[in-house]
Amino acid sequence: MLSIKNLQVSVEEKPILKGLNLEVKPGEIHAIMGPNGSGKSTLAHVLSGREGYSVDAGSAHYKGLNLLEMAPEIRAREGMFLAFQYPIEIPGVNNTSFLKKALNEIRKHRGEEELDAIDFLGLIKKQMKLVEMKEELLKRPVNQGFSGGEKKRNEILQMAVLNPMLAILDETDSGLDIDALRIVAGGVNKLRSAENAFVVITHYQRLLDYIVPDFVHVLSDGQIIKSGTKELALELEERGYDWLIEEAESKA
Amino acid sequence: MNDETNKIAPNNDENIAMSDEQQTIQNITDQDYKYGFVTDIEMEEFPKGLDENIVRMISAKKEEPEFMTEWRLKAYRHWRKQKEPKWPKLKYSEVDYENLYYYAAPKKDGPKSLDEVDPELLATFEKLGVPLEERELLAGVAVDAVIDSVSVATTFKGKLGELGIIFCPISEAIQEHPELVKKYLGTVVPYTDNFYATLNSAVFSDGSFVYIPPGVRCPMELSSYFRINASKTGQFERTLIVADKGSYVSYLEGCTAPMRDENQLHAAVVELIALDDAEIKYSTVQNWYAGNKEGVGGIFNFVTKRGLCGGKNSKISWTQVETGSAITWKYPSCILKGDNSIGEFYSVALTNNYQQADTGTKMIHLGKNTRSLIISKGISAGKSNNAYRGLVKVNSKAENARNYSQCDSLLIGDQCGAHTYPYLEIENPTAQVEHEATTSKVSEDQIFYLNQRGISTEDAVGMIVSGYAKEVFQQLPMEFAVEAQALMSVSLEGSVG
Repeated sequence: MLSIKNLQVSVEEKPILKGLNLEVKPGEIHAIMGPNGSGKSTLAHVLSGREGYSVDAGSAHYKGLNLLEMAPEIRAREGMFLAFQYPIEIPGVNNTSFLKKALNEIRKHRGEEELDAIDFLGLIKKQMKLVEMKEELLKRPVNQGFSGGEKKRNEILQMAVLNPMLAILDETDSGLDIDALRIVAGGVNKLRSAENAFVVITHYQRLLDYIVPDFVHVLSDGQIIKSGTKELALELEERGYDWLIEEAESKA
Repeated sequence: MNDETNKIAPNNDENIAMSDEQQTIQNITDQDYKYGFVTDIEMEEFPKGLDENIVRMISAKKEEPEFMTEWRLKAYRHWRKQKEPKWPKLKYSEVDYENLYYYAAPKKDGPKSLDEVDPELLATFEKLGVPLEERELLAGVAVDAVIDSVSVATTFKGKLGELGIIFCPISEAIQEHPELVKKYLGTVVPYTDNFYATLNSAVFSDGSFVYIPPGVRCPMELSSYFRINASKTGQFERTLIVADKGSYVSYLEGCTAPMRDENQLHAAVVELIALDDAEIKYSTVQNWYAGNKEGVGGIFNFVTKRGLCGGKNSKISWTQVETGSAITWKYPSCILKGDNSIGEFYSVALTNNYQQADTGTKMIHLGKNTRSLIISKGISAGKSNNAYRGLVKVNSKAENARNYSQCDSLLIGDQCGAHTYPYLEIENPTAQVEHEATTSKVSEDQIFYLNQRGISTEDAVGMIVSGYAKEVFQQLPMEFAVEAQALMSVSLEGSVG
């Protein structure tokens, strides 16, 4: 589904990703862990088409399409979703009508009929239960006046409504208390299927107690220095990142 | 605006120009004016230029009673003594008033019914989406359509007539209801008011007249579409709306104009009068041709709009969505003379490319317990300049006056400007006046967020701008709100790279 080969990315001529490789297949959950500044968020942004990043080498294909040549809205319509680390506020734009517009853009792209207001409301109310969100938040402007936890739940609600093939969760756990974390993770678990895939970017192991990954990758200085199963995450919890980084350096 | 504000130095001049935004937010480029077409109708024109003879000819052509001719002449003589105001924050090449036509009308005599209306004209209205036939019955809108000065069709007159409501071209009102016109015309905007209003008083060609009798609530939105059609024709509309005691009316004005290379002058006057316990709601969607991407052409829009809350408990509410014109000079105002009267001003002014807008309001508190509300939302894109200029004046006898003003500016790109000039003149210590102002920009983060949810950049900008201006759109009647939001997106197309 997602195939990244030797991806090299810089920001204002400073190299951030230095030859990253990753293969994600349908039904899989990949966790990407790593210390601050290792390039985790850059990876999320480059995959979703944020401007300001220069791809210097390598490739990224999604469902066989050359991802790096696609406009961000086309990537979204093709089923890619980024849950933002810092969800953006859009004053005056109603949360429900925003999400209805987004879903219908995706449906149009797929050649499906657009949902009318009644059908959409039925869908959103059903999906809200996944993230235990207050209905009142549907009437508010997008993310405006939401608490940190509400914003993150709103991201997962959007994901539940848009039903992406590939979802990238960028530090969704940051700033969440344990109850909110459980709710958000529970939402993700209910959405996972044999057809879709998740890339979960996180600094801490604790999210992975709730969203159990098939693979764990350690990103350090723009490269994946170690891949393993969920046991690797537990080991990192115990020993930190330094031993791995040292090991990688001694190999190099 | 009156001379009084000319003398006052602005107490707040924020000149905000954005810089260093990243490349996603770029200049305005490709949007062509969607309604740029010309109707091929034979026009009857007077000679160029203006003198007493032309004024007399206009009056004679309209078979006006003598009091009107005299009034026009007084205005003309006064205008000759006036100078064009230079205080607005506007730059434009000088208008050669001797090189304009002051009257133009379709050649045929006025039609008696829709059947007699030039089919080509009807086709033009079709293209603009003006509901002029049966559709308007379904939509519940009565239209007094003005093409270049002469009203071509008026509908629903019968239905409104049963309630005693008069809704007709002002030229017709001058002939058929001279007592009402004589009583109210020029009482809110006197012919000496300002350069443009004085010129209008001398040469106004047509416009709408509305009278709502005591205690009557007008059952439908009254609507008039204006259009400039003949090249080099100054457009001088005159509208007078009188709401008698305890009555209510909502009036909509919308305009689009065909594409032209030369600048065209538009100097309209609108007077509103609300007597005791009466309410007038006046909504405008203005989309005159704004000129091309290089700033060539476009309408010069110098408009004087003022309402008088003459009676106690009366209310006047202005809502405007201004997206067109090369130059906008416009300050819909309220004189709050009646005790407990209320004035409101809701405005969205959008400028793009090389457009310039200097717009705002004046709230003049004269009566006791008068209240006013100002919500102004400026949106600047491209290389445009957008200024809010507003006056809140509380007279020494206006006990317990209240005003709340909110003036927001939204910037798109890094080459536009937003300016705020709030003037306050408070002569009564019991007054409570609040002013809030914000400046923000459409951020790359917001656009990317919407992109990432499958929404295109143009739709994203449209959504962000509509969200920003929501408070004003909510004031518009439903069908107008939809049109206004569509206009926002159309006006901003290509504004973000």
